[in-house]
Amino acid sequence: MSVIETNNLTKYYGKARGIVDVSFNVEEGEIFGFIGPNGAGKSTTIRLFLSLIYPSSGSATIFGKDCIKYGPELRQDIGYLPSDVFYYEGMKVIDLLKYSGSFYHKDTTQRMYELAGIMELDLNRRIDDLSYGNKKKVGIVQGLLHQPKLLFLDEPTAGLDPLMQREFFQLIREENERGVTIFFSSHILSEVQRLCNRVGIIKEGRIIEIADIHTLQQNNYKKIRVAANGLDPAYFDMPGVNKLERHNGAVRFFYKGNINAVMQKISGLTVSDVTIEEPTLEEVFMHYYE
Amino acid sequence: MTMSKNIFRHEFKMHLRSVITWSVAIMAVALLYFSIFPSFSQNAALLNETMASFPPEFRAAFGMGDMDFSTVLGYFSFVYLFLQILLSIQASNYGFGLVSIEERELTADFLMVKPVTRPQIMTSKLLAVLAILSITQAVVWASTFGFINAFKGDKTYNAGILVLLLLGLIVFQLFFLTVGMVISLLVKRVRSVTPYAMALGFGMYVLSAFGAMFGESKFEKITPFKHFDPHYIIQNGHFDTPLVMVSVAVIIFSVAASYWLYVRRDIPAVT
Repeated sequence: MSVIETNNLTKYYGKARGIVDVSFNVEEGEIFGFIGPNGAGKSTTIRLFLSLIYPSSGSATIFGKDCIKYGPELRQDIGYLPSDVFYYEGMKVIDLLKYSGSFYHKDTTQRMYELAGIMELDLNRRIDDLSYGNKKKVGIVQGLLHQPKLLFLDEPTAGLDPLMQREFFQLIREENERGVTIFFSSHILSEVQRLCNRVGIIKEGRIIEIADIHTLQQNNYKKIRVAANGLDPAYFDMPGVNKLERHNGAVRFFYKGNINAVMQKISGLTVSDVTIEEPTLEEVFMHYYE
Repeated sequence: MTMSKNIFRHEFKMHLRSVITWSVAIMAVALLYFSIFPSFSQNAALLNETMASFPPEFRAAFGMGDMDFSTVLGYFSFVYLFLQILLSIQASNYGFGLVSIEERELTADFLMVKPVTRPQIMTSKLLAVLAILSITQAVVWASTFGFINAFKGDKTYNAGILVLLLLGLIVFQLFFLTVGMVISLLVKRVRSVTPYAMALGFGMYVLSAFGAMFGESKFEKITPFKHFDPHYIIQNGHFDTPLVMVSVAVIIFSVAASYWLYVRRDIPAVT
């Protein structure tokens, strides 16, 4: 079953473009990465799902129901972690979390303490006194305490130290193993690569690619580095070779095409070292954005 | 349009400190004015004479057009104006802040991704502020009656008219609350609530003062300072009903428009 389904979802802010004709599905239980640079429309898309804003045209369904019409009902099962978290002044962490929990039908107390433990969050401090990273932790607990079936993460790791990031990813994986569908928006590709099954790439408000993350890496370019004595980069001047450059006495390039052709070319040399690897998502991504 | 108890409770708490401050301020102003009533009323003849020597436009601007300092209600009409200014700013403040503060401080996202409808949020917030304003009103009524009786000496007054004046203050505050609310929803973003509230409160006062200074004007018909003009109420013993209906109509329209706008509103993102 598709947990999220969008049909030509479009949002203009007056004349300014938000997103245009966005159509894709997110299946139950997957971790869907939503990639794009700042201003591409990632947050707009998520805000539309949460009916914080309304579409100019097109529609989206969540759990098979229209996300605007059934928004309040759907949000019982939705968790949201924004990129920046802001809270009411003068409240203690525990009071805010209890207020947050009070909106849901189920009892959230136990899960709240559990999550606060994992995140090493001091519940008795005032939110105003917390550091940015700690406020973020409040956001994480707040977004998860009602055990949602669908999670929206909008650039969630900004402000978390690497250790906390690892804890956080662990938490997200555990949620996912319990069957939670995760919509993960980010411009940090390494984290998407670590976590996601499928990605959608958005550019200037339009989806330009939806693909399995491995397909995306495999079907594309190979990253090849060859080191040999007196090697002239021009030697690899052949179809399918891209971004040929000299690097620390070796030659580096991206190659797309029949791998045998390039292997034969390499075997004509007396090499001191050869590496052939998948490009990182970053490198694939740059290709989409050029 | 049902209310959420938890939002109501939260909103009520958020306003509690503010309403305590306002209540203390209102009580202090009332005490200050009423405490000098005995000396004013004793020298009323002299004072009335002095006042008469000021240009009538000047007197009109300060709501002292044909005020008689020697009577309780005459003196109260002067205090009434100050109470009106305070109460208008307080109510506008709450009106402008009702939904805009959350958007400016970016807590709106927190609330609106919860399983509640927009009308539920609006109703809960509105009722919470109404409860808060009732506290203010209780303080106004208690201090007015309390201080008048403490300082009136052997003078008497018509309690019915005093009640009428105080009832007027309730509608008066609702006007500023709801107008502030609808304006905050018409503009894209309210950067700071206080300047808006001051502008609305003083703006309406100035409209009424200009009206009093330069004679009848169409503009003064829209200001509640005119709708609830104490002189009219004291002289006639009843409200200027058509003008009060203007206030009531504006309130009803503002509430309806606010719901309409809020339900359709795009909540701006963090920028």
